[in-house]
Amino acid sequence: MNMATAAEIAAHEFACVVERHRPQIFRFLLASTRDVDLAETLTQECFLKAHRNWASFRGESSAMTWLMRIAINLQKDHWRNRRMQFWRQTRTNSVDLDEASEWLPSGERSAEQKLLAQEQVKRVWQSVKGLSERQRTVFLLRYVEEQELSEIARATGLSEGTVKAHLSRALGRVRAELGGKR
Amino acid sequence: MSWMDRSRKGSNEMDDRAELDRPVSGEDEDQELAEVLDNFKSSVHAWSEAALSRPRRVAKVVRRRSWQLAAGWALGCALVVGSVSGGVYEHHQRQEMARLVATAKAAEQKRLLAAEQAGQEEEDLLSKVDSDVSREVPSAMEPLAQLMAEDETK
Repeated sequence: MNMATAAEIAAHEFACVVERHRPQIFRFLLASTRDVDLAETLTQECFLKAHRNWASFRGESSAMTWLMRIAINLQKDHWRNRRMQFWRQTRTNSVDLDEASEWLPSGERSAEQKLLAQEQVKRVWQSVKGLSERQRTVFLLRYVEEQELSEIARATGLSEGTVKAHLSRALGRVRAELGGKR
Repeated sequence: MSWMDRSRKGSNEMDDRAELDRPVSGEDEDQELAEVLDNFKSSVHAWSEAALSRPRRVAKVVRRRSWQLAAGWALGCALVVGSVSGGVYEHHQRQEMARLVATAKAAEQKRLLAAEQAGQEEEDLLSKVDSDVSREVPSAMEPLAQLMAEDETK
């Protein structure tokens, strides 16, 4: 196999990975930032970084876990940079919680049930907003991306015990928010 | 004790979603929480799908904006450079004019001074010549004038 063919195969493989995992990466970043434009930008950066390092990806973890790790680091860097630039008047396009809660498939619900569900989703957003960065990441990976604890641990670089602890605290806050305003 | 109170009390022990499905006495409430979390997941999925499938015109807008921005900057820079260089040129011209006027004035003054000095020297010379000539060369009528002066005294 010559080098050109190997490069073509690698490019094709990477294109397949982008096509398969882009929606998930974007969804995680959207839920983390509540900003569509920022989520798109970070998704692009994530795949750009992955493309640059594609040759070094040895398949020890799944491509999804590897990409998720890059995405988590990118959003961490983003928030850190924003904290460092506190003296600058930075604009944010994050949508408010009402808008974020509107995206609920109607299904076979009555109008009243839909309103109630929207209100509950809004409370979940409210508690997610109040979580620490790690708790939020772990919570979203578990309850939005439905990842296993071991996958979350690999993606975040935390031990499974720490992931459990973060998840427990995050869930506690969600329960409190739902119980407190019921 | 409500299910929320129970769950708050035991929140630190809850490690996983599996616990939500654990059949306990408050199973209905746990199911309710699971349902809320499921709704949350559905809402994020729906939002994400809608955001991914929305039409994108961002690149075009950004390019036009960047072009406008670049044109604005170029125009602004040209105006600033033009006005600064115009001001500098005008200042330089004025200085040059003032220098020329001063030089001309000084030359005129010098010329006037020289002319005055020359006139003075000429006058001095003439008066000196007059006095020298009148002393050395006697007048032709002087003897006759002396005679007339003697007759009158007589």
